[in-house]
Amino acid sequence: MATGTDPQAGTAPAAGGASPARGGVHHPSRAAIGARHLRPDRWWLAPAVTAAGLFAFVVYSTWRAFANDAYYAAPYVSPFYSPCLAENCVPMKGGADWEVFGAWWGLSPALLILIFPLGFRLTCYYYRKAYYRGFWASPPACAVAEPHAKYTGETRFPLILQNVHRYFFYFAVVVAGILTYDTALGFRDERGEWGHMGLGTLVLLANIALIWAYTLSCHSCRHIVGGRIRTFSKHPVRYRMWGWVSALNARHMLLAWASLISVAAADFYVYLVASGAFDDPRFF
Amino acid sequence: MSYDAHFRVWRGDAAGGELADYTVAVHDGEVVLDVIHRLQATEATDLAVRWNCKAGKCGSCSAEINGRPRLMCMTRMSSLPSGETVTVTPMRAFPVVRDLVTDVSFNYAKAREVPAFVPPPGLAPGEYRMKQEDVGRSQEFRKCIECFLCQDTCHVVRDHEENKAAFAGPRFLMRVAELDMHPLDAAAETGLDRKRAAQEEHGLGYCNITKCCTEVCPEHIKITDNALIPLKERAVDRKYDPLVWLGNKIRRRGA
Amino acid sequence: MSRTARQDWDVVVVGAGGAGLRAAIEAREQGLRCAVICKSLFGKAHTVMAEGGIAASMGNVNEGDNWQVHFRDTMRGGKFLNHWRMAELHAREAPDRVWELETWGAVFDRTEDGRISQRNFGGHEYPRLAHVGDRTGLELIRTLQQKIVALQQEDHREYGDHETRLKVFQECTVTRLLKASDGGGSAAGDRIAGVFGYERESGRFFVLEAPAVVLATGGIGKSFKVTSNSWEYTGDGHALALLAGASLINMEFVQFHPTGMVWPPSVKGILVTESVRGDGGVLRNSDGERFMFGYVPDVFKEKYAESEAEGDRWYKDPDNNRRPPELLPRDEVARAINSEVKAGRGSPHGGVFLDISSRLPAEEIRRRLPSMHHQFKELADVDITAEPMEVGPTCHYVMGGVDVDPDTAAATGVPGLFAAGEVAGGMHGSNRLGGNSLSDLLVFGRRAGLHAARYAAGLTGPGRPAVADADVEAAEAEALRPFSAEGGGAGGTPGPAENPYTLHQELQQSMNDLVGIIRKGPEMAEALRRLALLRGRSRRAGVEGHRQFNPGWHLAIDLRNMLLVSECVARAALERTESRGGHTRDDHPAMDRRWRQVNLVCRLPAESEEADPLLGLIEVERRAMPPIRGDLLALFEKDELMKYLTDEELTAP
Repeated sequence: MATGTDPQAGTAPAAGGASPARGGVHHPSRAAIGARHLRPDRWWLAPAVTAAGLFAFVVYSTWRAFANDAYYAAPYVSPFYSPCLAENCVPMKGGADWEVFGAWWGLSPALLILIFPLGFRLTCYYYRKAYYRGFWASPPACAVAEPHAKYTGETRFPLILQNVHRYFFYFAVVVAGILTYDTALGFRDERGEWGHMGLGTLVLLANIALIWAYTLSCHSCRHIVGGRIRTFSKHPVRYRMWGWVSALNARHMLLAWASLISVAAADFYVYLVASGAFDDPRFF
Repeated sequence: MSYDAHFRVWRGDAAGGELADYTVAVHDGEVVLDVIHRLQATEATDLAVRWNCKAGKCGSCSAEINGRPRLMCMTRMSSLPSGETVTVTPMRAFPVVRDLVTDVSFNYAKAREVPAFVPPPGLAPGEYRMKQEDVGRSQEFRKCIECFLCQDTCHVVRDHEENKAAFAGPRFLMRVAELDMHPLDAAAETGLDRKRAAQEEHGLGYCNITKCCTEVCPEHIKITDNALIPLKERAVDRKYDPLVWLGNKIRRRGA
Repeated sequence: MSRTARQDWDVVVVGAGGAGLRAAIEAREQGLRCAVICKSLFGKAHTVMAEGGIAASMGNVNEGDNWQVHFRDTMRGGKFLNHWRMAELHAREAPDRVWELETWGAVFDRTEDGRISQRNFGGHEYPRLAHVGDRTGLELIRTLQQKIVALQQEDHREYGDHETRLKVFQECTVTRLLKASDGGGSAAGDRIAGVFGYERESGRFFVLEAPAVVLATGGIGKSFKVTSNSWEYTGDGHALALLAGASLINMEFVQFHPTGMVWPPSVKGILVTESVRGDGGVLRNSDGERFMFGYVPDVFKEKYAESEAEGDRWYKDPDNNRRPPELLPRDEVARAINSEVKAGRGSPHGGVFLDISSRLPAEEIRRRLPSMHHQFKELADVDITAEPMEVGPTCHYVMGGVDVDPDTAAATGVPGLFAAGEVAGGMHGSNRLGGNSLSDLLVFGRRAGLHAARYAAGLTGPGRPAVADADVEAAEAEALRPFSAEGGGAGGTPGPAENPYTLHQELQQSMNDLVGIIRKGPEMAEALRRLALLRGRSRRAGVEGHRQFNPGWHLAIDLRNMLLVSECVARAALERTESRGGHTRDDHPAMDRRWRQVNLVCRLPAESEEADPLLGLIEVERRAMPPIRGDLLALFEKDELMKYLTDEELTAP
C-alpha cells in the first residue's frame, strides 16, 4: 500500500539507469510537459549580462597582461603588475619589484603574479555560480532545464579542485598586502618624496579598499575566521570577527563585481598616465 | 473588485497529461491557491491539489507558477503580470501523481539517510546548556517548512534523474549542516563524521552553488551561503586541507 | 469477503500532530509495533501553526515558578471546569516533556546562562513558555518527526527495514473505528479491533487491525466559517469516538481568538498573534477610538487601566500602573470587537483596527514580530510598520473532546480507545490558556501512547480482538455512498444529489452565525433545526469522477463528522444556561457556580442512525464534576474559590 514514504518503482533513489536524454524534466515519471521551462520572464538576461561582463574583463585583462607596457607611472603601479617578480620589470622606486625570477623570464611579468588573483576569483564561490550559470548553462537559470546530458558537479577532476579555494585566499591576502603597500607609495611623488596626492592615489585607494573588502568577504575566510568553530561562545573574539566577515560576506557578489571593475579601472588609469594620454591631476 | 483571469493548469497523471485552459474569476487580494480552489469548486471538481495551512507555514502547496517553483498560498495574484496567462504545473523534479500533486517520497527517503541528532552522553534531560549565539545557525535551518521547493529547483536532480541516488539535495545537506553546527551533537563520539559524510554519503560535491535553492526558499533561509558553502568548507577541512589535517594530528598527539 | 487490504499492528495512532507523534514514539519505545495515520504529508500537521510556545514551569526565567503555580493558572483560565487531575498531571509533567525534546534535537531560544528561555503569556503568572521565535509549533513537529525517523533508522539497523515497528501512513483518512465483541468475554463491552480508512491519493480502502487506537486528530474549526484552523480540522476524532460509542464532554466551549485577519478573503481567520497587543498594539474602531476602555467588565475593573495614559505607562512600568484593556482575556476582547462591528463602527472589511505602527518604531516592530510583519506583507500587502491591521475574531480551538480517564487517556466506555491533544476533553475546562495546548499534546500524547501500548501488550495471541468482515463491508458502503448519492440512504430525505461544497458552506455559515461567539437560546434552536436539514441533505452529497485524489469525495465523507460535532456544540451550548470561558450566552450573561459542578456529556445512542433526522442524533447528559483533591484546593485563597465553588463544596470536609 502506498504510504508516500515508499519510493514508487522506477523513480527515486533506486533508478540509476534512466537514459540521460530523458533523465531530467522529461523523465517519464514526471509531469508530461514538452517545454524545457515555462518561464515567461527574461530569465536569460542575468546570465547573459554576467557572461558579457566576465568576457569583457577577460579580454581587457588578457590584453593588458600580455602588453608588458605602460604599467608604471611613478608613483603609481598597475595592480596587474604588482608585485613585479622578473628582471625585465621597470624599476619602481621602493616598489614591489623583486627580481625573484631572474632574467630567464622573457614574457610579461604580469603573468607571474596574475595567476594568484585569477585562481582566487576562479575558485570563488560567487564567480563559480556566475560562470557555471553564464558560460556553462548549468543551470542557465532557476527551473530552466540545462542542455547537458550528464552532470557530476564538483565531485571529480577537474572541478573537485575548486576545493583549494582557501589556499588562493591565503595568496590573495598576501597580494592584497602588497597592493596596500603600493597604495601607500602613492602618497609619495615621482621623486620619492612623501606628501603627495593625485587622482591616481585616490584610484588606488578605492581599488585597494574594494580588494580588501572582497578578499575578506570570501566564504573561505568566513570559515577560517570563525565558521569552523562549533561553540561560538567559547571564542568570543573569533565570533565577533565572524560576525563582521559574515556581514561583508552577504555582499560578496557586489564586492566581487566592484573590485573586478576597480582593479581594471586602476590598471587603465595607470595605463593612461604611463602612456602619456592623461596627466595625473595633483591635489598636493 | 474582480476580473477574469486566464489560467493554464496541468491536468493529467503518470500516464500523460496536458495544460488545460480555464477562465476564472479573481477577486481582490487573492492568491493563486484561491483561484485553484475556485476552479475546484466550479469547473474542475476533481482537480487534485495538495494544500493545508494556507499561510505559508506548512509547505504543502508547492507547485510551479509561470515556470517558477513557488508556494501557491504565498503567490498573490497582484504580484503576477496582469492580463497575462498564469501557468500552474506540478513540481517538475518529482514523479507526478495527478494534476498538481507530485510524489515527494524522494525527500522522505533522503531524510532517513541523514543520521539523527546524537544526544551527548552524560547529560540528562534538563542539563543542556547552550548559548543563544551557539544555536543561531542551526535555528536558521530549522525554520525550514519542508516545502521541498529547493529540492525541486535544484538542477542536480531536476535535470538529472540519475543523480537522485547519490544526492541528498539542498534541504537534507542543510540538515547535515544543522546537526554539524549543533553545539551538543555527539555524533563524533560515536565515530560518525558528518563533515566527511556530507561529501561521501550525501553528495555535497554535486552542488555547484548556483543558488537556486536560496532563490526559491519561501522562508528566506540562506541555504547556499549559510549551510552548503560552510559545509563544503568543513568537508575541505576533513578531506582536502593538509594543514588542518596536520594540525589535528599534532594536537591529538599532544593531548 | 471484502478484498480490502489488511495489516496487523499493535497500536494505531490516528493523527500526526504533536499528540499523535508523541504517542507513537512512546508506544514504539515500549517495544510495540505502531502505525500512524495522517491526512496530510508527514510533518505538515496543524501543530506547525502554533506560535507562542510550550507552557512548562521549568523556572528558568523566574525561579518562583513551579507546577503548583502552573496548575493554579490553568484552573483559573478554565474557570475551574478543568478536570483537576488532568490539570495536575499536565502541570507536573510538562517540564520533563520539554527537556526530553532537547535530547531529541529541539533547539529552543536560550536564556543568558544557556538554559531554555521562557516568555510571558496571557494568564500565566510567570514567564513560562519555552519557544523558538514565533514558530514553536514547527519546532515541535519537526523534532518529533525527526525522532520518529531516528527510531526508524534504529529499525533499519536491526531489521533492515525502516518500517518494521513504526510506520507513517500519510495522506490517508480514517472513516471508522472497528470493534469486536468476541473473545475475552469482557464485561466492558465491545473492544477496539482496528480502523478502516482510505488512501487519499488512490482512493483505495484499507484496514489496520490493532487492539489499541489512539485518537489525536485535533479540533473542529472547519465547521465554522471564520477559523484559524486548517482543512484537516473536521472533527474526525470527535466523530469517530462518538460513532464507536464513546462520549464527548465540554463541547459547548469553543475558543474564539479575538484577532484573526479579516482581509483579504483568502486568509480570513488566520491568526494575528497575541504578542502584537502584548508589545503595545492597540485596538481602534472606525472613529479612531480605543474602544476597549468601554468594555472592561466589573470583575476586572481594579486590574485594568482607566485611561489611555495609564495603559501606555504600563508597558514601561508594570508595577505602578494597570495594564491596558486590550490585554483582557481572549473571550472579553473577542466579544468587544464583535459588538463594535455590530454597532457599525467596524473597519472596511468587517473587523476593527489593530495598530502597532503608531506605537513602536518600524525597526522595533520588524525585530519583535518578524512573522507577523512577513504575514501581512506577503498575504495582505499591508506594511504593519506603517499602517494598522484589520482584525476580527476567529474560531481557534475547541476545549471539548473525548471523555477520557485523566491518568491513562483511555476513552470512557470503549476499551482500547485512547485520545490525546485537542481531541480529548477536560484538560482545559471552559477556556484554554495560550501555551497550554503544546504542553497538553506532549504530556497526554505520551500518556496515551504509554497506556495504549500497555493495553495492547496484554492482548497478544488468541485474546486479540478481530475485525468482523461485515463491519468492513459496511464501512466500505458508507464511504462509497457519495458516488451513488441520489435518492438518499438510510435516514436521508429523497431528492437530487447535493454539492458537498455547498453543504459545507451552509454548515459553516450556520455555526458562525448561530453558535458563534455570542449565543442565544432561540438562535441555537434554529441552528439545530438547520443542522438536521443539512444532515438529511448530506446523505445525498454526491460527487463525480473517480476515487483517485478526489477532493469533492473527501469533503463529502468529512461532512458526516462536521455535522456530528456541530450538533454536539449546539446541543451542549443550548443546555448550558450560563456564560463561562468559551461559552457566552447573551440570554444568560453571568457565570453560575452551580454550573461549575456539571459536565455536559454528548453521546450517540446506538440506534440513532435510523432516527428521524429532524430530531437530531446526539443526546446530552449532565454529569457531576469529581471533587477537587484537598491539597490542590489548598493552593488557592478562599476568596478566590468563592467565585467559582458553591458554598456546599467549600464547606465539604
